Amino acid sequence: MPRLDEDPFLTPPILTGGRPMSANKTRDWRSVRPVLHAEKCTGCMLCWKFCPEACVSVQGERPLIHLDWCKGCAICVAECPAGALTLAEEEAP
Amino acid sequence: MKVRLSIPEPEGLSAGHLACQGCGATLAMRYALKGLGPDTVLVIPACCWTILAGPAPLLSTGVNVVHSPFPCAAAVAAGVRHGLLARGKASTCVVAWAGDGGTFDIGLQALSGAAERGEDILYVCYDNEAYMNTGIQRSGGTPAGAWTMTTPEGSALPKKDLDAIVEAHHPAYLATATPAYAEDMVRKFKKARGLTGFRFIRVLAPCPPGWKYEPEETVRLSRLAVQTGLFPLYEREGGAFRLNVPVAKRRPVTEFLSRQGRFRRLGADGETALQARVDAAWAALPGRT
Ligand SMILES: Cc1ncc(C[n+]2csc(CCOP(=O)(O)OP(=O)(O)O)c2C)c(N)n1
Ligand code: SF4
Ligand code: SF4
Ligand code: SF4
Ligand SMILES: [Mg+2]
Repeated sequence: MPRLDEDPFLTPPILTGGRPMSANKTRDWRSVRPVLHAEKCTGCMLCWKFCPEACVSVQGERPLIHLDWCKGCAICVAECPAGALTLAEEEAP
Repeated sequence: MKVRLSIPEPEGLSAGHLACQGCGATLAMRYALKGLGPDTVLVIPACCWTILAGPAPLLSTGVNVVHSPFPCAAAVAAGVRHGLLARGKASTCVVAWAGDGGTFDIGLQALSGAAERGEDILYVCYDNEAYMNTGIQRSGGTPAGAWTMTTPEGSALPKKDLDAIVEAHHPAYLATATPAYAEDMVRKFKKARGLTGFRFIRVLAPCPPGWKYEPEETVRLSRLAVQTGLFPLYEREGGAFRLNVPVAKRRPVTEFLSRQGRFRRLGADGETALQARVDAAWAALPGRT
Protein backbone atom coordinates (compact mmCIF):
# COMPACT_ATOMS: atom_id res chain seq x y z
CA MET A 1 0.00 0.00 0.00
CA PRO A 2 1.37 3.47 -0.80
CA ARG A 3 2.36 5.39 2.30
CA LEU A 4 1.24 8.99 2.50
CA ASP A 5 4.29 9.59 4.70
CA GLU A 6 6.50 9.43 1.61
CA ASP A 7 4.65 12.25 -0.09
CA PRO A 8 5.34 15.86 0.79
CA PHE A 9 2.44 17.64 2.45
CA LEU A 10 0.81 20.05 0.05
CA THR A 11 -1.15 21.70 2.82
CA PRO A 12 0.06 22.01 6.39
CA PRO A 13 -1.98 20.29 9.10
CA ILE A 14 -4.47 22.83 10.42
CA LEU A 15 -3.35 23.83 13.87
CA THR A 16 -6.29 25.10 15.82
CA GLY A 17 -5.12 25.29 19.40
CA GLY A 18 -4.13 28.93 19.16
CA ARG A 19 -7.41 30.20 17.73
CA PRO A 20 -10.14 29.31 20.21
CA MET A 21 -13.63 30.78 19.98
CA SER A 22 -12.98 32.59 23.27
CA ALA A 23 -11.90 35.51 21.07
CA ASN A 24 -15.67 35.93 20.75
CA LYS A 25 -17.06 37.58 23.89
CA THR A 26 -20.67 36.57 24.42
CA ARG A 27 -21.43 38.75 27.45
CA ASP A 28 -23.93 40.92 25.54
CA TRP A 29 -26.13 37.87 24.90
CA ARG A 30 -27.47 37.93 28.44
CA SER A 31 -30.25 39.85 30.11
CA VAL A 32 -29.54 38.47 33.61
CA ARG A 33 -26.27 37.58 35.33
CA PRO A 34 -25.44 35.22 38.18
CA VAL A 35 -24.19 36.79 41.42
CA LEU A 36 -22.16 34.72 43.88
CA HIS A 37 -22.82 35.08 47.61
CA ALA A 38 -19.51 33.72 48.85
CA GLU A 39 -20.66 33.34 52.47
CA LYS A 40 -23.20 30.68 51.40
CA CYS A 41 -20.94 28.87 48.91
CA THR A 42 -19.77 25.40 49.97
CA GLY A 43 -17.32 25.01 47.07
CA CYS A 44 -19.17 21.99 45.63
CA MET A 45 -18.39 23.24 42.09
CA LEU A 46 -21.67 22.09 40.58
CA CYS A 47 -21.88 25.53 38.93
CA TRP A 48 -18.50 24.84 37.30
CA LYS A 49 -19.57 21.35 36.30
CA PHE A 50 -22.83 22.31 34.60
CA CYS A 51 -21.93 25.57 32.83
CA PRO A 52 -22.48 25.08 29.06
CA GLU A 53 -20.19 28.01 28.30
CA ALA A 54 -17.25 26.58 30.26
CA CYS A 55 -16.96 30.11 31.67
CA VAL A 56 -16.74 29.16 35.34
CA SER A 57 -13.27 28.31 36.63
CA VAL A 58 -12.07 26.82 39.88
CA GLN A 59 -10.15 29.28 42.05
CA GLY A 60 -8.96 27.40 45.11
CA GLU A 61 -12.17 26.54 46.95
CA ARG A 62 -14.48 28.93 45.10
CA PRO A 63 -15.90 29.23 41.61
CA LEU A 64 -15.04 32.27 39.51
CA ILE A 65 -17.62 33.22 36.87
CA HIS A 66 -16.07 34.91 33.86
CA LEU A 67 -18.75 37.41 32.93
CA ASP A 68 -17.15 38.25 29.57
CA TRP A 69 -18.63 34.98 28.27
CA CYS A 70 -21.55 34.17 30.60
CA LYS A 71 -24.77 34.08 28.54
CA GLY A 72 -27.03 34.19 31.61
CA CYS A 73 -28.65 30.80 31.05
CA ALA A 74 -29.04 30.47 34.85
CA ILE A 75 -28.26 26.74 34.93
CA CYS A 76 -25.68 27.44 37.66
CA VAL A 77 -28.34 29.25 39.71
CA ALA A 78 -30.85 26.41 39.23
CA GLU A 79 -28.31 23.72 40.12
CA CYS A 80 -26.56 25.40 43.09
CA PRO A 81 -27.64 23.32 46.10
CA ALA A 82 -26.66 26.00 48.63
CA GLY A 83 -28.62 28.96 47.24
CA ALA A 84 -25.31 30.79 46.88
CA LEU A 85 -26.13 32.13 43.42
CA THR A 86 -28.87 34.60 42.56
CA LEU A 87 -29.80 36.44 39.38
CA ALA A 88 -29.46 40.16 38.79
CA GLU A 89 -31.02 42.00 35.86
CA GLU A 90 -28.63 43.52 33.35
CA GLU A 91 -29.40 47.07 32.38
CA ALA A 92 -30.27 47.80 28.78
CA PRO A 93 -27.26 49.32 26.98
CA MET B 1 -6.58 24.02 49.38
CA LYS B 2 -8.09 22.90 46.15
CA VAL B 3 -11.49 21.22 45.90
CA ARG B 4 -11.91 17.72 44.52
CA LEU B 5 -13.69 17.72 41.18
CA SER B 6 -15.87 14.83 40.01
CA ILE B 7 -14.81 15.21 36.34
CA PRO B 8 -11.44 16.27 34.85
CA GLU B 9 -10.67 19.98 35.01
CA PRO B 10 -8.96 20.58 31.61
CA GLU B 11 -11.39 21.98 29.03
CA GLY B 12 -11.45 21.21 25.32
CA LEU B 13 -14.55 23.35 24.79
CA SER B 14 -13.79 27.06 24.72
CA ALA B 15 -16.14 29.78 25.88
CA GLY B 16 -17.36 32.11 23.17
CA HIS B 17 -19.00 29.39 21.10
CA LEU B 18 -22.25 30.13 19.29
CA ALA B 19 -24.79 27.87 21.03
CA CYS B 20 -28.09 29.15 22.42
CA GLN B 21 -28.25 29.79 26.16
CA GLY B 22 -28.45 26.50 28.06
CA CYS B 23 -27.68 24.24 25.07
CA GLY B 24 -27.54 20.59 26.14
CA ALA B 25 -25.57 19.59 23.03
CA THR B 26 -22.81 21.97 24.15
CA LEU B 27 -22.63 20.43 27.61
CA ALA B 28 -22.46 17.06 25.83
CA MET B 29 -19.43 18.19 23.81
CA ARG B 30 -17.79 19.65 26.90
CA TYR B 31 -17.96 16.32 28.75
CA ALA B 32 -17.13 14.24 25.67
CA LEU B 33 -13.90 16.21 25.16
CA LYS B 34 -12.99 15.69 28.81
CA GLY B 35 -13.26 11.95 28.30
CA LEU B 36 -11.65 11.83 24.86
CA GLY B 37 -8.67 14.12 25.46
CA PRO B 38 -6.75 16.23 22.91
CA ASP B 39 -5.63 13.39 20.60
CA THR B 40 -9.01 13.35 18.87
CA VAL B 41 -10.51 14.33 15.50
CA LEU B 42 -14.20 15.14 15.13
CA VAL B 43 -16.17 14.55 11.95
CA ILE B 44 -19.32 16.67 12.01
CA PRO B 45 -22.09 16.53 9.40
CA ALA B 46 -24.62 19.34 8.92
CA CYS B 47 -26.21 20.05 12.33
CA CYS B 48 -26.12 22.68 15.08
CA TRP B 49 -22.56 21.65 15.88
CA THR B 50 -21.45 22.70 12.38
CA ILE B 51 -22.11 26.23 13.58
CA LEU B 52 -21.06 25.79 17.19
CA ALA B 53 -17.58 24.63 16.17
CA GLY B 54 -17.01 28.20 14.96
CA PRO B 55 -16.08 30.01 11.74
CA ALA B 56 -12.59 28.92 10.58
CA PRO B 57 -9.91 29.54 11.66
CA LEU B 58 -11.58 29.99 15.05
CA LEU B 59 -12.61 26.76 16.73
CA SER B 60 -14.47 25.97 19.94
CA THR B 61 -13.55 22.30 20.32
CA GLY B 62 -9.78 22.45 20.85
CA VAL B 63 -9.42 19.45 18.50
CA ASN B 64 -9.55 19.38 14.71
CA VAL B 65 -12.93 19.18 13.03
CA VAL B 66 -13.68 17.74 9.59
CA HIS B 67 -17.01 19.04 8.32
CA SER B 68 -18.80 16.37 6.31
CA PRO B 69 -21.87 16.35 4.08
CA PHE B 70 -25.09 15.44 5.88
CA PRO B 71 -25.49 11.73 4.99
CA CYS B 72 -21.96 10.45 5.45
CA ALA B 73 -20.38 11.29 8.83
CA ALA B 74 -19.66 7.61 9.52
CA ALA B 75 -18.09 7.05 6.07
CA VAL B 76 -15.92 10.17 6.33
CA ALA B 77 -14.86 9.21 9.88
CA ALA B 78 -13.88 5.74 8.65
CA GLY B 79 -11.83 7.35 5.86
CA VAL B 80 -10.10 9.70 8.29
CA ARG B 81 -9.28 6.73 10.52
CA HIS B 82 -7.76 4.78 7.61
CA GLY B 83 -5.81 7.85 6.54
CA LEU B 84 -4.39 8.35 10.04
CA LEU B 85 -3.46 4.66 10.23
CA ALA B 86 -1.64 4.94 6.88
CA ARG B 87 0.35 7.79 8.40
CA GLY B 88 1.12 5.77 11.52
CA LYS B 89 -1.12 7.80 13.81
CA ALA B 90 -2.96 4.96 15.45
CA SER B 91 -3.40 6.77 18.77
CA THR B 92 -5.78 9.45 17.41
CA CYS B 93 -9.41 8.73 18.22
CA VAL B 94 -11.74 9.49 15.30
CA VAL B 95 -15.21 10.53 16.36
CA ALA B 96 -18.25 11.05 14.16
CA TRP B 97 -20.40 13.64 15.98
CA ALA B 98 -23.88 13.92 14.48
CA GLY B 99 -27.37 15.07 15.42
CA ASP B 100 -30.44 12.84 15.46
CA GLY B 101 -31.47 13.95 11.96
CA GLY B 102 -27.99 13.05 10.71
CA THR B 103 -28.17 9.68 12.46
CA PHE B 104 -31.73 8.31 12.74
CA ASP B 105 -32.60 9.44 9.19
CA ILE B 106 -30.09 10.89 6.80
CA GLY B 107 -26.85 9.26 7.97
CA LEU B 108 -28.33 5.86 8.77
CA GLN B 109 -27.00 4.07 5.70
CA ALA B 110 -23.42 5.25 6.23
CA LEU B 111 -23.73 4.44 9.93
CA SER B 112 -24.94 0.93 9.15
CA GLY B 113 -22.14 0.36 6.64
CA ALA B 114 -19.42 1.51 9.04
CA ALA B 115 -20.88 -0.55 11.90
CA GLU B 116 -21.17 -3.60 9.68
CA ARG B 117 -17.53 -3.31 8.57
CA GLY B 118 -16.46 -2.83 12.19
CA GLU B 119 -14.72 0.46 11.39
CA ASP B 120 -12.48 1.62 14.20
CA ILE B 121 -14.41 4.79 15.03
CA LEU B 122 -16.60 6.18 17.80
CA TYR B 123 -19.97 7.35 16.47
CA VAL B 124 -21.79 9.81 18.70
CA CYS B 125 -25.37 10.88 18.14
CA TYR B 126 -26.34 13.91 20.21
CA ASP B 127 -30.07 13.46 20.20
CA ASN B 128 -32.08 16.67 20.64
CA GLU B 129 -35.05 14.93 19.05
CA ALA B 130 -35.58 17.12 15.96
CA TYR B 131 -33.81 18.98 13.14
CA MET B 132 -33.01 21.97 15.33
CA ASN B 133 -30.52 23.92 13.26
CA THR B 134 -33.04 24.48 10.48
CA GLY B 135 -35.82 25.50 12.84
CA ILE B 136 -37.25 22.41 14.59
CA GLN B 137 -38.56 19.87 12.06
CA ARG B 138 -39.56 16.34 13.07
CA SER B 139 -36.91 13.60 12.75
CA GLY B 140 -36.98 9.85 13.39
CA GLY B 141 -35.71 10.79 16.86
CA THR B 142 -38.75 12.95 17.70
CA PRO B 143 -40.92 11.28 20.35
CA ALA B 144 -44.63 10.66 19.88
CA GLY B 145 -46.76 13.62 20.83
CA ALA B 146 -44.02 16.23 20.50
CA TRP B 147 -44.72 19.50 18.72
CA THR B 148 -42.32 20.48 15.95
CA MET B 149 -42.76 22.91 13.02
CA THR B 150 -43.77 19.95 10.83
CA THR B 151 -45.94 18.28 13.48
CA PRO B 152 -48.04 21.22 14.74
CA GLU B 153 -50.56 18.87 16.38
CA GLY B 154 -47.85 16.71 17.96
CA SER B 155 -46.01 13.89 16.19
CA ALA B 156 -48.20 10.88 15.48
CA LEU B 157 -45.20 8.60 14.98
CA PRO B 158 -43.19 6.90 17.72
CA LYS B 159 -39.47 7.56 18.22
CA LYS B 160 -37.38 5.15 16.19
CA ASP B 161 -35.50 2.59 18.32
CA LEU B 162 -32.08 3.52 17.01
CA ASP B 163 -30.19 1.74 19.79
CA ALA B 164 -31.78 -1.56 18.73
CA ILE B 165 -30.80 -0.90 15.10
CA VAL B 166 -27.18 -0.26 16.09
CA GLU B 167 -27.23 -3.19 18.51
CA ALA B 168 -28.20 -5.48 15.62
CA HIS B 169 -24.77 -4.68 14.09
CA HIS B 170 -23.00 -6.12 17.17
CA PRO B 171 -20.84 -3.04 17.91
CA ALA B 172 -17.83 -3.29 20.20
CA TYR B 173 -19.50 -0.79 22.54
CA LEU B 174 -22.91 0.88 22.78
CA ALA B 175 -23.97 3.32 25.48
CA THR B 176 -26.43 6.06 26.34
CA ALA B 177 -25.48 9.24 28.19
CA THR B 178 -26.92 12.62 29.17
CA PRO B 179 -25.34 15.77 30.68
CA ALA B 180 -27.02 15.63 34.12
CA TYR B 181 -24.95 12.48 34.74
CA ALA B 182 -21.66 14.12 33.80
CA GLU B 183 -19.44 11.60 35.60
CA ASP B 184 -21.15 8.68 33.86
CA MET B 185 -20.78 10.47 30.55
CA VAL B 186 -17.07 11.28 30.92
CA ARG B 187 -16.40 7.71 32.02
CA LYS B 188 -18.20 6.31 28.96
CA PHE B 189 -16.27 8.50 26.52
CA LYS B 190 -13.00 7.58 28.18
CA LYS B 191 -13.92 3.92 28.03
CA ALA B 192 -15.08 4.06 24.39
CA ARG B 193 -11.82 5.82 23.50
CA GLY B 194 -9.81 2.91 24.88
CA LEU B 195 -11.70 0.25 22.91
CA THR B 196 -11.15 -0.89 19.33
CA GLY B 197 -13.78 -1.39 16.65
CA PHE B 198 -17.12 0.29 16.07
CA ARG B 199 -18.36 2.14 19.13
CA PHE B 200 -21.60 4.06 19.52
CA ILE B 201 -22.88 6.52 22.14
CA ARG B 202 -26.26 8.24 22.02
CA VAL B 203 -26.49 11.37 24.15
CA LEU B 204 -29.86 12.85 25.05
CA ALA B 205 -29.26 16.60 24.68
CA PRO B 206 -32.06 18.93 25.84
CA CYS B 207 -32.57 21.96 23.59
CA PRO B 208 -34.36 25.01 25.08
CA PRO B 209 -35.78 26.53 21.87
CA GLY B 210 -36.65 23.15 20.35
CA TRP B 211 -38.28 21.65 23.42
CA LYS B 212 -39.76 24.99 24.46
CA TYR B 213 -38.49 25.49 28.00
CA GLU B 214 -36.38 28.04 29.88
CA PRO B 215 -32.58 27.51 29.48
CA GLU B 216 -32.02 27.05 33.23
CA GLU B 217 -33.99 23.74 33.05
CA THR B 218 -31.53 21.90 30.80
CA VAL B 219 -29.78 19.88 33.48
CA ARG B 220 -33.03 19.31 35.39
CA LEU B 221 -34.73 17.89 32.26
CA SER B 222 -31.71 15.75 31.45
CA ARG B 223 -31.92 14.33 34.99
CA LEU B 224 -35.70 13.86 34.84
CA ALA B 225 -35.42 11.96 31.56
CA VAL B 226 -33.36 9.37 33.44
CA GLN B 227 -35.34 9.44 36.67
CA THR B 228 -38.67 8.92 34.87
CA GLY B 229 -37.23 5.93 33.01
CA LEU B 230 -37.77 7.64 29.63
CA PHE B 231 -34.06 7.59 28.92
CA PRO B 232 -32.32 4.66 30.67
CA LEU B 233 -28.57 5.05 31.11
CA TYR B 234 -26.95 1.82 30.05
CA GLU B 235 -23.97 0.38 28.25
CA ARG B 236 -23.31 -2.78 26.36
CA GLU B 237 -19.75 -4.00 25.91
CA GLY B 238 -19.39 -7.05 23.72
CA GLY B 239 -22.32 -9.19 24.87
CA ALA B 240 -22.76 -7.76 28.35
CA PHE B 241 -25.58 -5.32 29.13
CA ARG B 242 -25.33 -3.08 32.19
CA LEU B 243 -27.92 -0.62 33.50
CA ASN B 244 -25.78 2.18 34.92
CA VAL B 245 -28.47 4.09 36.83
CA PRO B 246 -31.03 1.57 38.10
CA VAL B 247 -33.56 4.24 39.41
CA ALA B 248 -35.22 2.33 42.26
CA LYS B 249 -38.28 4.62 42.32
CA ARG B 250 -39.09 6.05 38.91
CA ARG B 251 -40.77 9.46 38.79
CA PRO B 252 -43.97 9.84 36.75
CA VAL B 253 -43.29 10.91 33.16
CA THR B 254 -45.54 13.93 33.57
CA GLU B 255 -42.78 15.59 35.62
CA PHE B 256 -40.62 15.53 32.50
CA LEU B 257 -43.38 16.35 30.01
CA SER B 258 -45.11 19.20 31.84
CA ARG B 259 -41.95 21.32 31.91
CA GLN B 260 -41.78 21.47 28.10
CA GLY B 261 -43.97 23.46 25.74
CA ARG B 262 -43.50 20.86 22.97
CA PHE B 263 -45.75 18.40 24.87
CA ARG B 264 -48.49 20.93 25.61
CA ARG B 265 -50.94 19.26 23.23
CA LEU B 266 -50.32 15.76 24.54
CA GLY B 267 -53.22 15.82 27.04
CA ALA B 268 -53.97 13.44 29.89
CA ASP B 269 -54.68 10.46 27.61
CA GLY B 270 -51.41 10.97 25.76
CA GLU B 271 -49.51 11.13 29.05
CA THR B 272 -51.16 7.96 30.34
CA ALA B 273 -50.34 6.13 27.12
CA LEU B 274 -46.72 7.30 27.28
CA GLN B 275 -46.45 6.25 30.94
CA ALA B 276 -47.66 2.76 29.96
CA ARG B 277 -45.09 2.56 27.15
CA VAL B 278 -42.27 3.65 29.48
CA ASP B 279 -43.37 1.11 32.11
CA ALA B 280 -43.35 -1.68 29.53
CA ALA B 281 -39.98 -0.66 28.07
CA TRP B 282 -38.50 -0.40 31.56
CA ALA B 283 -39.76 -3.87 32.49
CA ALA B 284 -38.16 -5.26 29.32
CA LEU B 285 -34.77 -3.63 30.03
CA PRO B 286 -33.05 -6.46 31.94
CA GLY B 287 -34.00 -8.76 29.06
CA ARG B 288 -31.91 -6.64 26.75
CA THR B 289 -28.92 -8.92 27.22
C1 LIG C 1 -28.20 17.26 2.27
C2 LIG C 1 -28.63 18.35 3.19
N1 LIG C 1 -29.95 18.50 3.46
C3 LIG C 1 -30.36 19.46 4.32
C4 LIG C 1 -29.46 20.31 4.90
C5 LIG C 1 -29.97 21.39 5.84
N2 LIG C 1 -29.68 21.12 7.24
C6 LIG C 1 -28.58 21.56 7.87
S1 LIG C 1 -28.53 21.23 9.51
C7 LIG C 1 -30.04 20.45 9.42
C8 LIG C 1 -30.67 19.89 10.66
C9 LIG C 1 -29.88 18.80 11.29
O1 LIG C 1 -30.63 18.16 12.30
P1 LIG C 1 -29.90 17.20 13.31
O2 LIG C 1 -29.03 16.25 12.60
O3 LIG C 1 -30.91 16.62 14.23
O4 LIG C 1 -28.93 18.18 14.13
P2 LIG C 1 -29.39 19.46 15.00
O5 LIG C 1 -29.48 20.61 14.06
O6 LIG C 1 -30.69 19.13 15.64
O7 LIG C 1 -28.31 19.67 16.00
C10 LIG C 1 -30.55 20.47 8.11
C11 LIG C 1 -31.84 19.91 7.71
C12 LIG C 1 -28.09 20.12 4.59
N3 LIG C 1 -27.15 20.90 5.14
N4 LIG C 1 -27.71 19.15 3.73
S1 SF4 D 1 -25.54 31.70 33.90
FE1 SF4 D 1 -25.13 29.99 32.51
S2 SF4 D 1 -23.44 30.75 31.24
FE2 SF4 D 1 -23.51 32.07 33.04
S3 SF4 D 1 -22.10 31.11 34.49
FE3 SF4 D 1 -24.13 30.32 34.96
S4 SF4 D 1 -24.24 28.38 33.83
FE4 SF4 D 1 -22.54 29.58 32.95
S1 SF4 E 1 -22.89 25.46 43.04
FE1 SF4 E 1 -23.26 27.00 44.61
S2 SF4 E 1 -22.35 26.18 46.49
FE2 SF4 E 1 -21.54 24.97 44.79
S3 SF4 E 1 -19.61 26.03 44.27
FE3 SF4 E 1 -21.19 26.90 42.93
S4 SF4 E 1 -21.92 28.70 44.06
FE4 SF4 E 1 -20.79 27.45 45.53
S1 SF4 F 1 -31.02 24.94 18.70
FE1 SF4 F 1 -30.82 23.57 20.46
S2 SF4 F 1 -29.13 22.16 19.97
FE2 SF4 F 1 -29.02 23.90 18.54
S3 SF4 F 1 -27.57 25.35 19.54
FE3 SF4 F 1 -29.65 25.95 20.17
S4 SF4 F 1 -29.98 24.85 22.11
FE4 SF4 F 1 -28.23 23.86 21.10
MG1 LIG G 1 -31.36 17.23 16.17
